[in-house]
Amino acid sequence: MDLFEYQGKQYFARYDIPVSPGDVAYTVDEAVAAAEMAGYPVVVKAQVQVGGRGKAGGIKIADNADEVRLHAGNIIGMDIKGHLVKRVWVEHASDISKEYYASYSLDRAAKKHLLMLSAEGGVEIETVAVENPDAIVLLHIDPVDGISLETARDAAVRAKIDAEAVDGVADMLVKLYRCFTEGDCDLAEINPLILRPDGGVHALDAKVSLDNNAGYRHPEWEEFRATEELDEREQLARTHDLQYIGLDGTVGIIANGAGLAMSTLDVVNQVGGTAANFLDIGGGANADMMAAALGVINSDENVKSIFINIFGGITRGEEVAKGIVEAMGRVELRAPIVIRLDGTNAEEGRQILLDAGIPESKLVSKPTMLEAARAAVALANGTN
Amino acid sequence: MAIFVNADTKVIVQGLTGGQGKYHGLRNQAYGTQIVGGVTPGKGGTDVATPDGGAIPVFNTVAEAVAATGATASFIAVPPKAAAAAILEAAAAGIAFIVCITEGIPAQDEAKVFNTLLRNYPNTRLLGPNCPGIISPGKCNIGITAGEIAQLPTADGPNVGIVSRSGTLTYQALYELKQRGIGVSTCVGIGGDPVPGTNFIDCLKEFQADPETHAIIMIGEIGGSAEEEAAEFIKANVTKPMSAYIAGVTAPEGKKMGHAGAITSGGKGTAQGKMDALRAAGVKVGLNPTEAGDLMAEIIATL
Repeated sequence: MDLFEYQGKQYFARYDIPVSPGDVAYTVDEAVAAAEMAGYPVVVKAQVQVGGRGKAGGIKIADNADEVRLHAGNIIGMDIKGHLVKRVWVEHASDISKEYYASYSLDRAAKKHLLMLSAEGGVEIETVAVENPDAIVLLHIDPVDGISLETARDAAVRAKIDAEAVDGVADMLVKLYRCFTEGDCDLAEINPLILRPDGGVHALDAKVSLDNNAGYRHPEWEEFRATEELDEREQLARTHDLQYIGLDGTVGIIANGAGLAMSTLDVVNQVGGTAANFLDIGGGANADMMAAALGVINSDENVKSIFINIFGGITRGEEVAKGIVEAMGRVELRAPIVIRLDGTNAEEGRQILLDAGIPESKLVSKPTMLEAARAAVALANGTN
Repeated sequence: MAIFVNADTKVIVQGLTGGQGKYHGLRNQAYGTQIVGGVTPGKGGTDVATPDGGAIPVFNTVAEAVAATGATASFIAVPPKAAAAAILEAAAAGIAFIVCITEGIPAQDEAKVFNTLLRNYPNTRLLGPNCPGIISPGKCNIGITAGEIAQLPTADGPNVGIVSRSGTLTYQALYELKQRGIGVSTCVGIGGDPVPGTNFIDCLKEFQADPETHAIIMIGEIGGSAEEEAAEFIKANVTKPMSAYIAGVTAPEGKKMGHAGAITSGGKGTAQGKMDALRAAGVKVGLNPTEAGDLMAEIIATL
């Protein structure tokens, strides 16, 4: 789950990482109130999860209430690369001497945590990586050991952080690591991390991505989930623990396991069709989940056929079949189903479908993934 | 021969009294796997009845189970909250081969467990988490694979080793070979999580050394760089012929496709990049699992 900047800053604050004083505002009046609290001059920042906010006019400085009204009025409701701005973050404008970059992520190849630190912040780190790779210090951290203040200090010196900022940055690095690990982040990034003329350092921006698997030990994430911008179907899928991603095609797809679901998309594409979605019902899905998955697909008007591709391991064929029968009894499906059922208890599953007496115009069974894909695509394209 | 496990492997199931542990543990036993015990804290001294009228003893700790049964492998089927501790308990008790099927373990826990094993238990191998397990057809099945979809290997070969990052595509690969009557030496599902205990290279190394394996199928997916690293390894070390398939050719960029690991961003970790790397290493790459199976059948015909 990706956080908005203001949420990232609130999350940082939990781990004592200094951020600019400010508040989130949904209306112009709230923005003015937030500005009065933070103290002028302030920065009014659009809260969207997409880069290039500044260039799009989504970040403005205001010296007084009238200017806050003007800018907040313009920014709230603005469309930035397809993202509607619903809220702004208003914070006290900082005096900036230097801009640095710091982040922690998992290096999957090394299987260690990775600190990236650079004295060249405030620009895209990918750009720095290409144009001036020596300006970035990469440091692997063993998750068992974590990072000590001494190691953090060494990294800051190596990254050519200005001498007066080294202690402050090292302290931030230790706190940010705690946020990254104890806070269960996939990514914790500060860009820019600034040095002020008074010698202090703090986070001027926050990019935080949380690991959904760790949600069970973070009740405080509840408020972040409330603002996640999912479409209706994604929301519906979420409530049933289904992994759903909407796409533009006409073949609705339900598969068990992410790999098989991806592969199903590939095969549909190869035989001339287009997928309407990616939907993984996961391992061990029961009849309820199957019925819910069909409900999600059924709410997509573009779907012309539904391809259910199940290879049971932990998922059992009879549960899949029961779910289909149940869903068909509950709602009128807008499109015919093509099913391919294999693996654990597939025989039982096929028998249940057969016994249910569903007409062939509504459900056909195919023995292989490729044949099922061809049938589903033919139905969707009206070429059968 | 087979890799990692064989007919003599004695296995305990951590979580044998839970829903998944019991269902799959008993299925593994019915397949012929030596399931010699279960571990559930607080339920030591009880047992789990088997369909054939037998009983599997349950212990409170892995250490007790190992002492009583001589088990060298463990099948972990416990919820995500308990999984990290269960893996470390197995390692501390001297288990050499751990299969963890648990899905949804926080990445921070996985990273910590992996590095703890590396440092404190270098002789313990972890397969998974979030993987279907391992099957050496006719000998041993640990995990959630339906045993009947795996073709038995033949004494003289040629037999194929399978290594896959995706659970269901592991079954699909087994199925493709069964359709063509091609024997399987061992099939390993390494799982799609960001920090797998066992990776492609670990398995390729073993398959290359296994006299019963004559060719290898590798199933990868988008995200990360494990396939690219495997390609490098294959180029330098694997002489056995290989076919492969990478799932996610049509995946939209920047979207997480279910697996925590499956995401492409900024043109990195794409299916195309992985396919190119494997082809450059001499691997025949199919565009779907069936094509990978066809390519393997062509390879087998020449052996």
